[in-house]
Amino acid sequence: MNSVFVYCEIEEGMVADVSLELLTKGRTLANELGVKLEAVVLGSKLEGIEKQVFPYGVDVLWVADDERLYPYTTLPHTSILVNLFKQEQPQIAFMGASSIGRDLGPRVSSALHSGLTADCTSLEIGDYEDKKNNKTYQNLLYQIRPAFGGNIVATIVNPDCRPQMATVREGVMKKEIFNPNHQGEIKTIDVAAFTEPTDFIVHVIERHMEKSKVNLKAAPIIVAGGYGVGSKENFQLLHELATVLGGEVGASRAAVDAGFCEHERQIGQTGTTVRPKLYIACGISGQIQHTAGMEESAMVIAINTDANAPINKFADYVITGDLNVVIPKMIQYYKKNSK
Amino acid sequence: MKGLKIVVLAKQVPDTRNVGKDAMKADGTVNRAALPAIFNPEDLNALEQALRLKDKFEGSTVYILTMGPGRAAEIIREAMYRGADGGYLLSDRAFAGSDTLATSYALACALRNLETDLLICGRQAIDGDTAQVGPQVAEKLGLPQVTYAEDILDCTEEKITIKRRLERGVEVVACPVPCVVTVNGSAAPCRPRNARFVMKYKYARAAQEMQDADEDYMNLLNERPYLKITEWSVNDIQSDAQELGLNGSPTKVKNIESVVFQAKEAKVLEPNDDAIDAMMKELIVNHTIG
Repeated sequence: MNSVFVYCEIEEGMVADVSLELLTKGRTLANELGVKLEAVVLGSKLEGIEKQVFPYGVDVLWVADDERLYPYTTLPHTSILVNLFKQEQPQIAFMGASSIGRDLGPRVSSALHSGLTADCTSLEIGDYEDKKNNKTYQNLLYQIRPAFGGNIVATIVNPDCRPQMATVREGVMKKEIFNPNHQGEIKTIDVAAFTEPTDFIVHVIERHMEKSKVNLKAAPIIVAGGYGVGSKENFQLLHELATVLGGEVGASRAAVDAGFCEHERQIGQTGTTVRPKLYIACGISGQIQHTAGMEESAMVIAINTDANAPINKFADYVITGDLNVVIPKMIQYYKKNSK
Repeated sequence: MKGLKIVVLAKQVPDTRNVGKDAMKADGTVNRAALPAIFNPEDLNALEQALRLKDKFEGSTVYILTMGPGRAAEIIREAMYRGADGGYLLSDRAFAGSDTLATSYALACALRNLETDLLICGRQAIDGDTAQVGPQVAEKLGLPQVTYAEDILDCTEEKITIKRRLERGVEVVACPVPCVVTVNGSAAPCRPRNARFVMKYKYARAAQEMQDADEDYMNLLNERPYLKITEWSVNDIQSDAQELGLNGSPTKVKNIESVVFQAKEAKVLEPNDDAIDAMMKELIVNHTIG
């Protein structure tokens, strides 16, 4: 039976979190379909890389180890995947909706004429009835994603073309070890056979990668601000509350676009997805693009001057008022009463 | 260096950033009429990069290629007001229902009609946010691609040097030309309209917009051929009908749900000391904070 494939991204010898999250999801779906989970790692100096992926339940690991494959450039990675997919005929292929996956995925799908759905928020297996052609398809991949600025949620299927390809953002799926002792098979890719010399024409001259300073995903408490915060100066108050409570500051896209807050703090469909213990939404109206990234928070406090803001529907506590009044009161009480 | 022939791929999109109450119809479909149609924001960043190259290399031209209904000619005019030389509108019912792959195929076929040194487009459009069309067009044309471009640092007859903005860093790459460049929203904003170009091009029209044109307009068009926005139907490009529109789209929409929020039972508080103190006390007691 045709396998589920996951393209694994590498940065400085480490498999990216988003890829491990996709392996976790891929394992679940492969079990449901009764097929193998296979991973693809393309890079340089990859000895021992299997130790990072096998615990996630990978049955077959495809490795191409060549110094020209790191850092990532589009064409050789595309050629290898296209040729490997032609050879192995996966039914499903996943990539991160990351700088790399969103560069590579469309290229591969275009070459294979296979459908690709970007930024899925949920992936399921199910049947599909094509009423027009009176055909029923079993066990297709449901690629579920918000569209139209998040005003609708669409379920997309690829009935006829393979692989069914999807990208998913970091943090959307959960990363979970399948079995720490799981062992798979390693298969080596012949880079010369799967690439052309003309694939190596783009050269990376300079590269500065930063470790993200902000770790929103790991923060137990997030104080997030929206456009309603009003200014960069007012955001200071959110930073103060976050510091006092031991949390991080997040922001909606509107606040980031307005320059109130750095891009790396953006939460939502185009940003980080978070599941904190407590989410304090300040001056956030609650467009679905934003709520898609925080709706799994265990507890939500919404502070907004608009009593009918959509965010209130997600909230456990709704405070209708000015955040410049409310937040200092919260800080004051906490300082006085916490140990 | 000789002038560059640059084509900017652009899209007219509904302004999903300003979705009002009537954006969705009762049946859960999108009410396009209630959403203003705009120049896709990152395509404007792309246009600016193209215009900068035009400024730098004498004899360069910048043309827009867009696929859409007749109304989409608006963005071609908008680009002309800002310095583009003209544009092509690819418009036909045969393209209806295209997913990103069928769109890329149609655009790639149209691009084969044009001689191009450089193709520039926005990273993604705000109605779909997929970022797929740029790379898919590049693949169809067999061109290399540079995505997430923030600044074009240098361009020679052989290669283009570009600073890319990635999720966690920046990269400078050198890529042979011709190639496809997709431009990030963090790149320089597009220059405003130039009054001289607005005067020159305000009567520019695509064929679909000329259906009710009177004799005066046709005379004007004869005098000023640059007012004609070239319009291509499916018959003007070499394509395989099976690859277009709904037929050429491997992805199908199984179903669409408009987003309905499920209300939680929330405690609604007044912004006074007592209420906030009580809330903070509860949060401390149940170990949410502290």
